[in-house]
Amino acid sequence: MYFGLSEEQSFFQDNVKKYLEEHATIDNIRHIANGDENNLSAEIHQGLLNLGINGLLIPEEFGGLGLDLLFAAVVSEALGSGVSPTPFIAPYVMAPTAFKHAGSITQQKNYLPKIAINEYRFAVGFSEFIGKRNDAGISFVDNALNGRAMFVLDANDATHLLLADERGRIFVVNASSSNIEIVKLTTVDKTRQYAEVICKNLEAELLENSSDSVEPINRTIDAGRIMLAADSLGASQIMIDRAVDYSKERKQFGRAIGSFQAVKHMCAEMAADLEPCYALIWHAAHCHDHSPDEARLMACHAKAHVSEMSKGIAKKATEVHGGMGFTDLLGLHYWFKRIGLNRQILGSPELVREEAYKTQI
Amino acid sequence: MDLEYGPEYQDFTKEVQSFCKKYEGLSFTDRSNNPLGSSGGSGGPKMSRSEWQKILIKNGYFARSVPKEYGGYGGEADILKSRIVAAEFSKARTPMAMGGQGIDMLVPTLLEMGTEEQKQTYIKSTLHGEIIWCQGYSEPNAGSDLASLQTKGELVGDEWVINGQKIWTSTAQYSQMCFCLVRTEPDAPKHSGISYLLIPMDTPGIEIRPLVDMTLKAGFNEVFFTDVKIPASNIVGKRGEGWAVANATLGHERGSLAPPDATMNRVNMLMQLMKEETLDGMPLIEYPVYRDRLMKIQGKVLAQQSHALRLLSAKLNPMADVKLGKMIQKLTGTELRHELEGLAIDVLGEIGTLYEDSPHLKNDGTWQFIYMYFLGLIIGGGTSQIQKNIIAERGLGMPKEPKVEGA
Ligand SMILES: Cc1cc2nc3c(=O)[nH]c(=O)nc-3n(C[C@H](O)[C@H](O)[C@H](O)COP(=O)(O)OP(=O)(O)OC[C@H]3O[C@@H](n4cnc5c(N)ncnc54)[C@H](O)[C@@H]3O)c2cc1C
Repeated sequence: MYFGLSEEQSFFQDNVKKYLEEHATIDNIRHIANGDENNLSAEIHQGLLNLGINGLLIPEEFGGLGLDLLFAAVVSEALGSGVSPTPFIAPYVMAPTAFKHAGSITQQKNYLPKIAINEYRFAVGFSEFIGKRNDAGISFVDNALNGRAMFVLDANDATHLLLADERGRIFVVNASSSNIEIVKLTTVDKTRQYAEVICKNLEAELLENSSDSVEPINRTIDAGRIMLAADSLGASQIMIDRAVDYSKERKQFGRAIGSFQAVKHMCAEMAADLEPCYALIWHAAHCHDHSPDEARLMACHAKAHVSEMSKGIAKKATEVHGGMGFTDLLGLHYWFKRIGLNRQILGSPELVREEAYKTQI
Repeated sequence: MDLEYGPEYQDFTKEVQSFCKKYEGLSFTDRSNNPLGSSGGSGGPKMSRSEWQKILIKNGYFARSVPKEYGGYGGEADILKSRIVAAEFSKARTPMAMGGQGIDMLVPTLLEMGTEEQKQTYIKSTLHGEIIWCQGYSEPNAGSDLASLQTKGELVGDEWVINGQKIWTSTAQYSQMCFCLVRTEPDAPKHSGISYLLIPMDTPGIEIRPLVDMTLKAGFNEVFFTDVKIPASNIVGKRGEGWAVANATLGHERGSLAPPDATMNRVNMLMQLMKEETLDGMPLIEYPVYRDRLMKIQGKVLAQQSHALRLLSAKLNPMADVKLGKMIQKLTGTELRHELEGLAIDVLGEIGTLYEDSPHLKNDGTWQFIYMYFLGLIIGGGTSQIQKNIIAERGLGMPKEPKVEGA
């Protein structure tokens, strides 16, 4: 038995981390968040593509690396540590997973190689299948989509989108069609792009194997949720590391604040909360590929549990920094906000736990 | 136990109600410096915030016990009347008088410890909203350990000459005046070397640099002092007594950071929202998990509101011992408000993360903003950890943390 990451996984993760440390500096993230450096995020994205992040999950026969979800999870963790201002979860994890489970052989042949060479980039909008808010919702009649999808992930610069209706059928649509309107949504997390998508008689291609089974969309959402959990894991670890470092440097009352038990205990609690999340996420990712019976339960809990732990960590780590944590000076809030978004995307904790229960009845 | 206020208060309540009716839909012609400040309603009278302050004072709804000569109403302090005003205004959504560090902290301090001339000069214009104050206490190396502050004040002739730096000074960019803690007795022990000075912000040598905070909105500042000269008389209390003066004002701040009535208004607002917003076709309020979280918080807020009544009653009945009861207010009030705003984000899900000018914002995006803003207030005005130290050491009489030599 070996429970842990392989050498290749750790090596790849280190490469992504190093790349982001050099290129996604806090100054650069701030420029991107302020909207005054649009090319910068494209450059960082290109650097990550050069490392191969788009081909991780695509089978070798279609030009990808044919790796498993655990591999993608360790990459997602690295992207969270670097608050990477680039698309990942929708185009390079959820889209390949959707094609794998929902696409016919022809559909896989048509799309996966194009993702692998970065000719196609997919956004994903499955929110209405997970939980339809107010009047949002997509309907599919006569080969055309109508309606509104909220919180479509990674819509920026996407060439195509995967959208879902309430029954969990997955559709491919072209982002450049004139029957689609993509409205940018502004969230508190400026490192990622979200959009509302309005379809009017939009031509759509149904992914065949999703036509009468929710299994494919569920598998895709599971994969996305594990990625979000891993992203929050990476972000939380950075927040803890920063808090611990700061507590050793910052002096009040003639001593390092880390020497106060109140501060020690906050840090120890954060560590105790986060440490098991590594294993939970690795295990969930492993089950996704190797133990389908447990996969969904694991994915739901990974998402919900890590979201809860991360929320507490984001708060405490900010508190350890005192007023400095509340300012923009250290940029700590970029991780705080990323964790905040990860918590709500693809199902907030209560909704996801409900789904976890439903896998057991 | 007798919760009736008495007959004279029933008349007063009616009077306040008809006042609120008269000003229904009042809106302001100028913006608020307070990120949580009301922007008023619509369809009613329009006026400046300062005019509104004057009307409220004239009716005794604000600055009730401040003597007339200093611009107040000049009545007896009447805590019950103040409470009725707060309750009726809140019900009718009539904007309350503006607050802020000048009104909430400096005015009570001057009334207690200011010279006659200071009272004459500052109180009226502060109450009218014509002078905005900022609080110059914290420094880069003096936050929780405020008494270690190093900004220097030297008396040269009949002027204080001030050099140093303050940080996290809220509203400094709009302020005309700053009440500031400055080390004037460098040789005295740390708590007895500080003086409380009143500094006009347009004095040469003051530089204000805005500091962006995590909300990207609230905005506080760094303030730099280089050979800033102010009259020797701009001191409250005696030289070296600034710590005591400051502690009097800190008491005022801690009480006012998270009033339970305001939190209850937000609970009600959230409940309304949960009735309107649907998930898979069902109103959010019908989801037991969300409803229970809301009810749990409502219970906590109700406890705090009842607790506030007990503290109110203690002001009328000086025999009651509420020392511990007061100490817990800042800690529990700010934590609870943060928790509530976070619940709103959770029930709204992804929509709860929308911000700034995004489409589909709910309640102008205030849930996400206040969620972060209150994390700031959990830290500002004495962190939660410091509050717990105070509760344990001063409230419960537990042994003090041993002091580091020389600190
Ligand atoms: C929103 C906001 C508004 C503010 N407005 C103003 C203003 O208008 N004017 C002004 O003067 N200041 C203002 N401040 C500053 C505020 O008072 C300080 O930030 C606060 O007192 C904490 O000090 P610090 O930031 O230096 O943190 P530090 O004191 O460095 O604290 C860092 C961490 O160490 C912990 N710690 C420190 N000492 C102890 C101890 N003895 N025991 C246990 N734990 C300890 C703290 O709890 C915290 O977790 C504001 C701050 C905020 C966040």
